[in-house]
Amino acid sequence: MRERQAAQQARRAREFQAFVAGAAGRLLHAATLLTGERPDANPRARVLLTGALAATYASWDRLRGEDPYDRTRTALVVRFARGAWRRPRAHGGLLDRLSPQERLVLVLRLYEGVAEEQTAALLGLPVERVRALSARAVAAVLHPPRGPAPAAAQPQVPPTALGKAASP
Amino acid sequence: MSQQERREAAVRQLLDAGGPAPVPPDLHTDAVRRGAGMLRRRTVLRRAGWLLLLAAVLAFAVWAADARPWTEPPSRTTPPLTRW
Repeated sequence: MRERQAAQQARRAREFQAFVAGAAGRLLHAATLLTGERPDANPRARVLLTGALAATYASWDRLRGEDPYDRTRTALVVRFARGAWRRPRAHGGLLDRLSPQERLVLVLRLYEGVAEEQTAALLGLPVERVRALSARAVAAVLHPPRGPAPAAAQPQVPPTALGKAASP
Repeated sequence: MSQQERREAAVRQLLDAGGPAPVPPDLHTDAVRRGAGMLRRRTVLRRAGWLLLLAAVLAFAVWAADARPWTEPPSRTTPPLTRW
């Protein structure tokens, strides 16, 4: 019993290490795009990825053929979506002018190549909304608006103001 | 290739630029530590749940053996007297 448990633990550790060695770089890049941080200074992306990887490690023995990469990406997206609205906006990243939702759609659809329907299901949005967000995000990345008040930043303002007012 | 696809391909190239990020060496260790903690907490919770269930079953068995709720309670009223 104890021996079998130890063997299982050793196998899990070995497989997990191989998985992290292969996938962490790409996942960390995706997380950094999501948080809008600079690639060389991404503390939030690291925290997000560590949490997502820990959840994958904890469910490693019950994956039953499911792709651990998909599992970790889903955990990453859920963690980011849950905490994004009460975080201050990061600066310096490629997508730092986009709203958190636009970043999610862009990273899932274009960087990760997830289908529109799956992206919609993962984010809990209608497919048309995902399409619209994607088109707006693509336009914002290709033609960054000049001036202090970019259009993409406007939806971000009320939640931030609310969050500050609610926590004196 | 449509206009939309061309634009998406351009953005995809921008997103891919820089390649995979350099991974800090302690990321794997931290993830394993936190993941093992989650597993441990889950195990403890599961054990506590089973223990609670066992205690509830035992308590019920003891109570049932004592109270015998399946037996008919003794009658408390005297049957009415007819015919003297």
